[in-house]
Amino acid sequence: MADDEYLSNRRAARARTIGRREFLKGAAMLGAAGVVMIGPHAWAAHAMAGDTSRKRLVVVFMRGAVDGLNVVVPHGDSAYYEARPTLAIPRAGGDGGVIDLDGFFGLHPALAALAPSWQNGTLAFVHACGSPDPTRSHFEAQAYMESGTPGVNATGDGWMNRVLAALPGAHGPTEAISLGPTVPRILTGRIEVANIPLGRAATRPMPLDRPIIQTAFDRLYTGGDPMSEAYREGVVARRKLMGELEQDMQAADAGAPSPVGFSDDTDRLAHLIARDPSIRLAFMALGGWDTHVSEGASRGQLANHLKPLGDGLASFAEALGPHYADTVIVVISEFGRMVRQNGNGGTDHGHGNVMWVMGGPVAGRKVYGRWPGLANQELYQERDLAITTDFREPIATVLAGHMGLGAAQIDLVFPGRPPMSGNTGGLLRT
Amino acid sequence: MSQVGNMPSRERALHALNRLGFGPAPGDIDRIDQIGADQWISRQLESQSMPEPPALTANLAAMDTLGMSPIDLFTTYWMPVQQAKGDMMARRQARQRANVVVQEAAEARLMRALYSPRQLHEVMTAFWFNHFNVFARKGPCAVWVGAYEEEAIRPHALGRFRDLLGATAKHPAMLFYLDNWQNTGPDSPGKRGPFQGINENYAREVMELHTVGVNGGYRQADVTALAHILTGWGIRRRRFARAGGGGRFGANPWWMRRRAPLMSGAVIDGNGFFFDPRRHDFGDQIFLGRTFQGSGIAEGEAALDMLAASPATANHISYQLAQYFVADDPPPALVTRMAARFARTNGDIRATLEALFASPEFWDTDAFGAKFKTPYEFVISSARLTGARVSNYRPLAGEMALLGMPLYGCLTPDGYKNTRAAWLNPDAMMMRLSFASALGMGHLPIETPPFEELSMEPAHRVTDGTIQPTRFVAAPMQPPEPAQLAMALGGGFSQSTSDAIGAAPVNLRSALILGSPEFMTR
Repeated sequence: MADDEYLSNRRAARARTIGRREFLKGAAMLGAAGVVMIGPHAWAAHAMAGDTSRKRLVVVFMRGAVDGLNVVVPHGDSAYYEARPTLAIPRAGGDGGVIDLDGFFGLHPALAALAPSWQNGTLAFVHACGSPDPTRSHFEAQAYMESGTPGVNATGDGWMNRVLAALPGAHGPTEAISLGPTVPRILTGRIEVANIPLGRAATRPMPLDRPIIQTAFDRLYTGGDPMSEAYREGVVARRKLMGELEQDMQAADAGAPSPVGFSDDTDRLAHLIARDPSIRLAFMALGGWDTHVSEGASRGQLANHLKPLGDGLASFAEALGPHYADTVIVVISEFGRMVRQNGNGGTDHGHGNVMWVMGGPVAGRKVYGRWPGLANQELYQERDLAITTDFREPIATVLAGHMGLGAAQIDLVFPGRPPMSGNTGGLLRT
Repeated sequence: MSQVGNMPSRERALHALNRLGFGPAPGDIDRIDQIGADQWISRQLESQSMPEPPALTANLAAMDTLGMSPIDLFTTYWMPVQQAKGDMMARRQARQRANVVVQEAAEARLMRALYSPRQLHEVMTAFWFNHFNVFARKGPCAVWVGAYEEEAIRPHALGRFRDLLGATAKHPAMLFYLDNWQNTGPDSPGKRGPFQGINENYAREVMELHTVGVNGGYRQADVTALAHILTGWGIRRRRFARAGGGGRFGANPWWMRRRAPLMSGAVIDGNGFFFDPRRHDFGDQIFLGRTFQGSGIAEGEAALDMLAASPATANHISYQLAQYFVADDPPPALVTRMAARFARTNGDIRATLEALFASPEFWDTDAFGAKFKTPYEFVISSARLTGARVSNYRPLAGEMALLGMPLYGCLTPDGYKNTRAAWLNPDAMMMRLSFASALGMGHLPIETPPFEELSMEPAHRVTDGTIQPTRFVAAPMQPPEPAQLAMALGGGFSQSTSDAIGAAPVNLRSALILGSPEFMTR
C-alpha cells in the first residue's frame, strides 16, 4: 500500500511533540482528579486568550473520487454531451436538468438544497482543480491530498495538522476535531486531535463514564507513551463533548433527533462549533463516490449520494447560524473521473475535478478557475479533465485571507507548493 | 538448540501466540512451554494436519449457509431481494432473510479465531481476506463474502500465492466487487445489456493492491491493456441445467438466462465463475512490455502468472507480511530475505513465513509487544484470554464495528491497516477500555443466546447486512478471575501496571488486565 511509509513516520513526528504534552503530563501528575479538574472549558479559555478569532475551516473529503463533471456540469460545452450519451445531465429547463449557475456551468439537480447558498453569494466552485500528481490510485491520491505534498511519500503528517500548529495560542484536544472512529491522515501529526464517533455511538453512555472505573484506568495510563497520551486526550475530549451534547439535548430547540446519517453528523458538528469557540478545524469524510458502474445521471447512484451531502451542508449552514459568517467549508475529492463514460454506465478514474468552497467569507456565486475545455486535444492524457488550478491554491487563499496565516506559514503547510496562478483571486470577500 | 534472536525465553511463548495467533487462551502458554515455541510454530505451519475440536466442527456444520456455493446462495437468498424490487415490505423481508448468510459467515470466522487450534491458519485467513478485500454491502456480495472466504481464501491461506490470486480473481464476490464481471470487449459479439465495454477497476487494483504494488512499474496503458485481457471474466449465477428461467418474461432478466451448450472457449467452475468468450476482446495487447496474443481465458491466466512471478510482487507481499508479523516499519533486510524466499519458491506462502519465523528480526526483543492490536485482534484476544464459552457473537462483532473495523465491512479494496498510527486515537482508547470493563466485570452478554427480547433498542437490530453495536444489557456471564487472567497471560506486567491493578477494587481488576497497555499490544 502506498501509505505505509508515512504511517511509520508518524512515530518520529510524535516524538517531536513538546509543549502541550508536557502540560498534560503535569496534569496527569495531579492524579486522576487532575485531568478532571482541567474542566471542559479550560482549553477554550486557552485558545481564546491567545487569539480572539473564531474563524473556522471545515474540510469535507469525498473519498472515492467524485465525478465532478456531473456535479458542476459544463452544460455549455457540447463535448460534454458527446462524451456521455447516457450519463450527461440535461441542460437547464427540462426534466432532470441542471440548475444553471452562470450560463456555462450548472449544478446537479440533486444539490438543489445548495441553490440558495449560490444565490446569496456564499457558495463558489473552483473547476478543473486538483492534485498535479498523475496517479489514478485512490489511496495514493488521497494520501497526497491529505499530506498536502503530491508526489512526496515521505511527508509524515497531514496538512490540517500543520495548519493547527501554525495557529497561535495553546492547542487543546478539541481545537481540531474529526468525525469518525479513526483519525484521518489529513489531521495526524505533531498536535493531538480528538475524534468523535459518528451517529448514535457518539451519545451512548459507556462504562468508562463511571468515575470509579475511570479512576482505576487513570492509574494505568500515566506515562508519556502514545497510549497514555491518547487515553488522557480521550478523557478530556469525551468529558467536553459529552457536556456539549447534554446541553444540546436539554435545549428546547433540539427537537426530535434527525435520522442517523450525514445530516445528523453535520448538525451535531454545527452545534459543537456554535457552542465551543475553541474548535477551529473540523474534518469529515464521506464514501461511495467510486461510480465505475451504473452511475446514473439526474437520478441514480451519484444523485443518491449527492443529495444527502447537499442537504447536510445546507442544514449545517443553517445550524451554524451567526457562525456561518466565520466559517469556510471546503469540499474536496482525490481526483475526478474520465470524461467519456465507460462500458458499464459508469466512469473510470480520471484527473481534474471541482472543488466546492462555501461559507460567509466566500465571494460566491462564481465558478473560479480556468476551463481547459473537453475537446480531445484539451484533455489530460487524452481522457481526463485537465487541471488548471492546483488544489493547494484555493486552500492557501482561505488560509491566508480567512485563517490569518502568513505566506511563510502557508509554505510550512504546503511545502513546495507551486506559485499562485491567480485563478482563485477574489475567492474571499475582503 | 540455540535460540535465534535476543528475545528472553520467558517472552517467547507469548510472542508466538500473539503473532501467529490471536493471543493466549487459558493454558496455552504452558502448553507451548512444554513443547517449545519452535516446535509449536512448526506445527502451526502444518496446521491442516491438526485436528479441530469436535464441538467446533459440529457448530460449523450446523450453519446452513456456510457450505453453500455462490450459485445456490444467489438463487436462494439474493434473487428474492432482486425480485422484490418495487415492494418495500417484501424487499425488507428478503433482505432480513439474506442477512443470515453474512451473520453465519461472521460467526464462523469469530468462532474459529477463538477456538481453533489452527491459529496461524486463522490469522492468515484474516490477513488474506483483508489483502484481497471484498465488501459485504455491495449488491450480492452480501451473500457471497462467506463463500469467498471458504472457497478462495481459506484453502490457500498457507499455500501458493498464485493459487490465491487465481481463486480470488475468479470468485463471484471479487468479480462483482471490483466490477470485472461487466468488463466487456467494446467490439465483441456479446456486448449487450450491462456489458457495454471496458471497466478498469479490477485491472488496476489487482496490480496496485494485490500483486506488484503501486510502485510496481506499471502505467495507465498497462491498466487498460490488462482490462482488455480480462474481458469476459464474469459470473455465472444460475445452474446451466436450469437455464431459461420460465419463458420470455420469466423470473430472470434475459441477460441472466443461458442456453446450453456453452460455446467453444467458454470456461465455468463450480463456484460460479464463467469466462464468456463472446464478451472477450480477442485483439492483441501489450501488457508490461510483453505482447499477449488474443486467445481467450489463457491470456488472463498468463497475465496473472506474470504478476504473481514479478519481483515487485515478492517484495510487496513480503513487506506486508513483515509489517503484520514484525513491526509497523519492518526491517528492510528481513523483507529482502523474505522476498528472495518467496521468489525462489514460486510464491510459497508457507516457505516465506518459515523464513520470517526463523529470523532474528522476528525474535528481536524490540519486536516483543511492538504491534498495537487492531480492533479485530483486540476483541478476539480479549475473549480468548477470558476463556469465555461464547454463544452470542454479536457483542464482539459490534465492538469491532464501533471501533471502525466491522467484519466484512471495509468499503475500499485496500482493506484495513494493521499499524498503530491507523488505530490508536483518543476515542479508540475510551471505547476499548469500556469494552474491557464490560467484559472484565462480566457484563458482556456473550454467553447468552442472542434473544431479540434482550435487545429492544433499535440500535441492537441487525440492519442491511451489518451487525450493529450491541449495548451491554445484562450480567449473565461469570466475571473472569483476575488471577486466572494474569496467569493465562503469563504474568509479565510492568511495575506500574501491577501497581495500578493492585490499587483497583477487586471487581475491576480483570477489566484493568484486559485494558492494560500490555494487552493493547501484541
